[in-house]
Amino acid sequence: MNTVIFRTIAPYLAALMIVFSIFVLLRGHNEPGGGFIGGLIAASAIAIYGISAGVAEVRRALVFHPITFAGFGVFIAALSGFMSLFVEVPFLKGLWLFINLSDGSELALSTPMLFDIGVYFVVLGAISTIALALEEDEDDK
Amino acid sequence: METALAILIGLFFTVAIYLLLSRSLIRMLLGIAILGNAVNLLIFTVGRVTREVPPIVPEGEYQPLEAIANPLPQALILTAIVIGFSLFAFLLVLTYRAYQELNADNTDTMRVAEPDDSPRPPLSY
Amino acid sequence: MASSAATPKDLPPAMLDVATSAADWVIVWPIALPMVGAAILLMLRNRTEWQAPFSFAILIATLLANFSLLQTVFAKGPLTMTMGDWLPPFGISFTADALGALFALVSTVVMLVVVLFVQSEVEARETKYGYHPLMLILLTGVSGAFLTGDLFNLYVWFEVMLIASFGLMVIGGRKIQLDAAIKYGFINFLATTFFLIGIAYLYGLVGTLNMADIMVKAPLVENGAIASVAALFFLAFAMKAAAFPVNSWLPASYHAPDPAVSALFAGLLTKVGVYALLRVHLMLIPQSHGQLQILIMAVAVFTLVLAPLGALAQTNARRALGFLVMGGIGAMMAGLAFGSSRGILGASLYAVHSMLTMTALYLTVGLVERMGGTSDIRHLGGLYRASSPLSILFLVLVFAAAGLPPFLGFWPKLVLVQSGIELTLAENSLAVHQWWVVGALLLNSILTSIAGSRLWAHIFWRNGREGRQSEMPNDRIKMLDRRGTRWGLWPTAALVALIVAIGLWPSMYIRAGIESANDVTRSSGDYVTSVFGERTQ
Repeated sequence: MNTVIFRTIAPYLAALMIVFSIFVLLRGHNEPGGGFIGGLIAASAIAIYGISAGVAEVRRALVFHPITFAGFGVFIAALSGFMSLFVEVPFLKGLWLFINLSDGSELALSTPMLFDIGVYFVVLGAISTIALALEEDEDDK
Repeated sequence: METALAILIGLFFTVAIYLLLSRSLIRMLLGIAILGNAVNLLIFTVGRVTREVPPIVPEGEYQPLEAIANPLPQALILTAIVIGFSLFAFLLVLTYRAYQELNADNTDTMRVAEPDDSPRPPLSY
Repeated sequence: MASSAATPKDLPPAMLDVATSAADWVIVWPIALPMVGAAILLMLRNRTEWQAPFSFAILIATLLANFSLLQTVFAKGPLTMTMGDWLPPFGISFTADALGALFALVSTVVMLVVVLFVQSEVEARETKYGYHPLMLILLTGVSGAFLTGDLFNLYVWFEVMLIASFGLMVIGGRKIQLDAAIKYGFINFLATTFFLIGIAYLYGLVGTLNMADIMVKAPLVENGAIASVAALFFLAFAMKAAAFPVNSWLPASYHAPDPAVSALFAGLLTKVGVYALLRVHLMLIPQSHGQLQILIMAVAVFTLVLAPLGALAQTNARRALGFLVMGGIGAMMAGLAFGSSRGILGASLYAVHSMLTMTALYLTVGLVERMGGTSDIRHLGGLYRASSPLSILFLVLVFAAAGLPPFLGFWPKLVLVQSGIELTLAENSLAVHQWWVVGALLLNSILTSIAGSRLWAHIFWRNGREGRQSEMPNDRIKMLDRRGTRWGLWPTAALVALIVAIGLWPSMYIRAGIESANDVTRSSGDYVTSVFGERTQ
């Protein structure tokens, strides 16, 4: 499994997958995609990197423990719900902010997007925790 | 269509229960996974299987113009898949750890929490 | 955007058009606060010294939120907020009635005591594994289950609870914990899957999963179909609650994790199953209760009688307590089987009692274990001399669990027996069977007091541990250190003091129970109005 080809390709592949996961995350509101699937892609990128470079290297590269990402995700998702406290609507109401950019296009920011980013981090954190735990055990042998 | 799905669901349940009755943890895990799929398929079927258009309201309208597919089962199934997946992942890690620590895949030999030769209670008092 | 255009007149509105005041948020806080707290604590993973104070602060805030929620519910009746501004049944509703709000409050109290207790035993090393975040996630799940107004959402909270309890169960990673976690995990996952199957069928029959909407629409569906769904729910929740034939996972697993964690499980998890039984069987689909009544009675009788017998046969103190927890479940099942408003009163009072008392019992045994070094009662003994306050706490709790007056357990038992006798005298076809339940309730009290006082005698009263011929002095006792006394003994004592105080002045407690029972039995009354507003009436 751990061939030279795989070890050489894996970092690029992982980087590419992370970028693609963010793309999938952001297009998710109106097209297929979203936080969950984006998070899964990112987590598989981390898993692939873990297989090729070893778990210790991944943990070093991630800086934070993966479960920290999950906590951050829950926090962001909850935050998106609390936005509605300020406009007198119930919890988790979707709120939109449209910013007109100078070239005439429109940038849509919304709490559903924020929520989706939260989901992305939860899935990324939780799944990569599990994946790294499984890979780490293999390293021990 | 419903009949075919119902038979398929029944088949899934049969396989799942057969696997769950096994003593091997790995088989039980597979059983759990298939059981989850059986339930998801069940939700899909009880939500009525129709050949309708996706439940999207056209722009400028307030309600869909024609009959649409029921969107709720999809949401329920998606949630159930996500939850089932995460629990399955956890159980997988747990089983793997148990295999390493207890050196057991067979439930008959997992007697750490409930010792096989548990002593009789004291007779005094 | 579309929101600026007016809605056409011929369509019913799908979204709320009145502003939601900040006061309505009182139903969100008991769930959101522990969730956000857990998230922040997960992020502060490496700051082990911040974890405990922060989680304590979050719990105090949650407690206050629960208080104000309960007050609002008592004053104004059930309170609803539907997520995302949708009108029910389109959005997911959170509906707090007296039953849910009361249980949520009590579970926060329990959690608060346990978090203090954790300080006495958990080293900084273990805090890093996420003790506090997992506890807060567990509380999120429990409060969510108590306050949600949507059946599928209830399933989601069940799973949140389950994931957190898995995590708590294996923290530390001892072999016994892995072994127990596998049994606990598989069976509970199976139970929630059964619950999900029930939800699927109910959705197929009724076409909605909003609880209030089910209350309105379920009577229109053929009774036999509903009854089979009810049987599925009963199986699922009885597994969760550890009622008789599906109980063996509880004594197999609850003694494995740290004492604080097993105290938490004993206090909260099974009671969520009971809550779901009360909610689903007596409130959502009450028409099927008649068909299942005999079954529920049988389950109640067997659980009531067999559980304390199991406790008598154990040498492991915590496993014995596991059986006592199950005995309490039997009493709540009896209330469910009666199904009358007094029966529900008894069941909900018993659930509150059981949450407090069983947690306190496990905490006391946790302290015993720390002093005696083992939970095997054959090797314990002589602890009375070492710590008489602890022995008093334990004895009081045994009396409370057995239902001796004037302790807390007496009142729910009294109400249950009263309601049973009331039903037997009411000339119905099930009168004979109800005598059995009443008898089992009384027998349970006797057996529980025997089992409990026997534990007490073995652990505290006798002079030493069991020897080959007779008792020999117990030289293995370690006195509680300062930390153990301050964080272990005092919070436990405070909880016991609360139990005693409620037992002596029960009027508030019983009034809260009556409110809860009213909210459950007032079929399609306030609860439905609270969700849908006046317009449907």
